[in-house]
Amino acid sequence: MNTNSNTYTVIYTTVLVVIVAAILAFAASALKSRQQANMDLAKMKTIMQAACIGQTPDGNADKAADFMKLYNDHITNTFVIDAEGKVVEGVDAFKDVDLKAQYSNLKKGLPVQLPVYECTMDDGRKVNILAMYGAGLWGAIWGYVGVEDDNETLCGAIFDHASETPGLGAKIAEAPFYTQFRGKKLSDAGQFSSVKVIKGGANGSANGVDAISGATMTSKAVSASLEQWLGAYKAFLTNRTSAAAQPCCSEEAECGQNSECDE
Amino acid sequence: MNKEIYTKPFFKGNPITVLVLGICSSLAVTVQLKGALVMALSVTIVTAFSSLILSMLRNTIPSRVRIIVQLVVVAMFVILIDQVLKAFAYDTSKMLSVYIGLIITNCIIMGRIEAFALGNKPWPSFVDGACNGLGYGMILVVVAFFRELLGSGTLFGFQVIPASWYMENGGWYMNNGLMILPPMALILLGCVVWIQRSIQKDLQEK
Repeated sequence: MNTNSNTYTVIYTTVLVVIVAAILAFAASALKSRQQANMDLAKMKTIMQAACIGQTPDGNADKAADFMKLYNDHITNTFVIDAEGKVVEGVDAFKDVDLKAQYSNLKKGLPVQLPVYECTMDDGRKVNILAMYGAGLWGAIWGYVGVEDDNETLCGAIFDHASETPGLGAKIAEAPFYTQFRGKKLSDAGQFSSVKVIKGGANGSANGVDAISGATMTSKAVSASLEQWLGAYKAFLTNRTSAAAQPCCSEEAECGQNSECDE
Repeated sequence: MNKEIYTKPFFKGNPITVLVLGICSSLAVTVQLKGALVMALSVTIVTAFSSLILSMLRNTIPSRVRIIVQLVVVAMFVILIDQVLKAFAYDTSKMLSVYIGLIITNCIIMGRIEAFALGNKPWPSFVDGACNGLGYGMILVVVAFFRELLGSGTLFGFQVIPASWYMENGGWYMNNGLMILPPMALILLGCVVWIQRSIQKDLQEK
């Protein structure tokens, strides 16, 4: 048979491609549920670590921890809010919100959907875990921050990246960097402010952390993305603060002690 | 079957150090031993099985679309490996990220198919593919061993350099940050080639 004729070549390649496509389609659909489960677990693991759950004392992820159980035990509520802090109905924070799409909406000034994970700590404290996504030096960076019930103090933070430089920018995903965020304040001289990543050292600043030496661009990107996203969450956090302050004013006895109520 | 098929890829005709193929991925995935090992295994499976399949098809392939047919078969195995890793070894697949997909462009695979599989029977082609994959993997593991040991002080993720040696704990030792970056992999690879050429004199240019 002439293997160089046009008809033969066309038929040969068509048959080959159809067979290969069938094999790949079968493999992709057979493995899809397992892959999705892995991705969900990885997401649960990052969300939990933003509230410092499932971490060893040095801040690294505890290898023995079952993050799916921890997630199900601690996350008591999830919801999606818009930039005015109002709850968006009918959207699942875990499944439906694509942070990358929200990041491009945020840049263009379009309406955004911001996920909030309400986490109940072992001692009963409630921590709201907020998301972050941005552009690093080489690729995407993303992360979560846990904000305590006072809507001001950070309980923890975690970051990850697609392709930052190993040994330099990639250090944002390592414990010595992200544990610095614990206990930092989302305020500067009484005003709402994001936590800043400061080149040259934060020197114990209440809302600043040390940048990574040799990774100025990635450090700046973390700082800028945090500012952008926490800025979007600002309405949600400040609404909660004023809502929490309301009941105390109705009781006159406590009102005198609360200087904010006098205004 | 010629005994050289088994032995050549490991030393005399090593794909990395002698043929200088597959350099790109050997710089990218040798930061940690675990990644290097998974990469080595993946490349071995891809070269072995695509050589086998293409050797079986060799008399039917239209010569004008030869390269495309090879690519389709190689790409199929690479995507299968990528999918399986994502399902069963998620952390490793995340660590290797795009480099699993880039196996398709690894010159060793196309090189062995063109040079060997298309002119030989299936079984020798399979062995040739597997041995070339393993010869490539051997160099990867050697480079990764030094890079992980000197760059992070660990082997397979386990700390092997005592914590008390480190400067931050009052010791005298510090990890070499340069080891983690690709340029150092190239220098290490150069050292491996140097050692091989000083043993195997016939490779030296006059």
